[in-house]
Amino acid sequence: GPLSERRLMDVRLGELPAWLATCNFSPQGLLGGAQKAWNSYYDKYINVKRGGPAGISMLLAGYCLLSYGWNYQHISK
Amino acid sequence: ILHATRPLHTTQQCLAPLPPLPEKGGEVRYGLIPEEFFQFLYPKTGVTGPYMLGTGLLLYFLSKEIYVINHETVAAACILSVIIYGVKKFGSDVAAFADKLNEEKVATALAVKNEAIKDLETAIEQEKKEQWRVEGRSYLFDAKRNNIAMLLETNYRERLLTVYNEVKKRLDYQVAMQNLKRQKEQDHMIQWVEKNVIQSITPQQQKESIAKCILDLKALSKSAQAAV
Repeated sequence: GPLSERRLMDVRLGELPAWLATCNFSPQGLLGGAQKAWNSYYDKYINVKRGGPAGISMLLAGYCLLSYGWNYQHISK
Repeated sequence: ILHATRPLHTTQQCLAPLPPLPEKGGEVRYGLIPEEFFQFLYPKTGVTGPYMLGTGLLLYFLSKEIYVINHETVAAACILSVIIYGVKKFGSDVAAFADKLNEEKVATALAVKNEAIKDLETAIEQEKKEQWRVEGRSYLFDAKRNNIAMLLETNYRERLLTVYNEVKKRLDYQVAMQNLKRQKEQDHMIQWVEKNVIQSITPQQQKESIAKCILDLKALSKSAQAAV
């Protein structure tokens, strides 16, 4: 389909700058993008009948990595 | 909060029940890395590709001190081991408990639905019965008409009887009046005749009649004495 309506995973590497150009970088646009990303993650891993530890464990791992990245300066002393 | 991810009411004709939740979430290996990553690397590097990548990255971070080993590493290792032990041991129990809760919710909703269906079915049957009753309306009206006719007839006959009684009473009155009048006339006439007769008995006649009676008595006594 047209470039602007495809999701990030369906965009090929060469078309990435073009896809970024069609993106909406206003606050509402970013918020909408974040909302869509969270909703797709939620529907895939958490909002299921028989989920496992995967749903929140990935969130926790991401949080660990993020906090490590923020505190790297302090840790590497 | 409403997670409006599944498109609700976007099409013109929205199908009534929502699509059910998927049974299982996306596949995740070791609880951390989604299967898509492994599938993504499979064509180029085969099965061991991602593991090699992971080992290489780990050694690189360790050697370059991008990931420093300090007291927090030990703490993280302990916490992770405890968490993994807990999940492995109690995971199935928790899952069964959550499934039971879900089952109860679904069962109550289903019970409500079945109740509603049963009530509606009984309502339908009663409605049909009412419709069947309606067919008997003609009989009902015939009976009512008969009742009314009977009432009218009874009333008419009662009034007829009243009329007859009243007329008879009046006629009896007239008859009684005539009888009374005649009787009174008779009595009066008898009294008057007796009075006149008694008045007309002069003393002379009274002496003569008494003398005749005495003679008759003497004769009778003579005959009686003779009989004895």
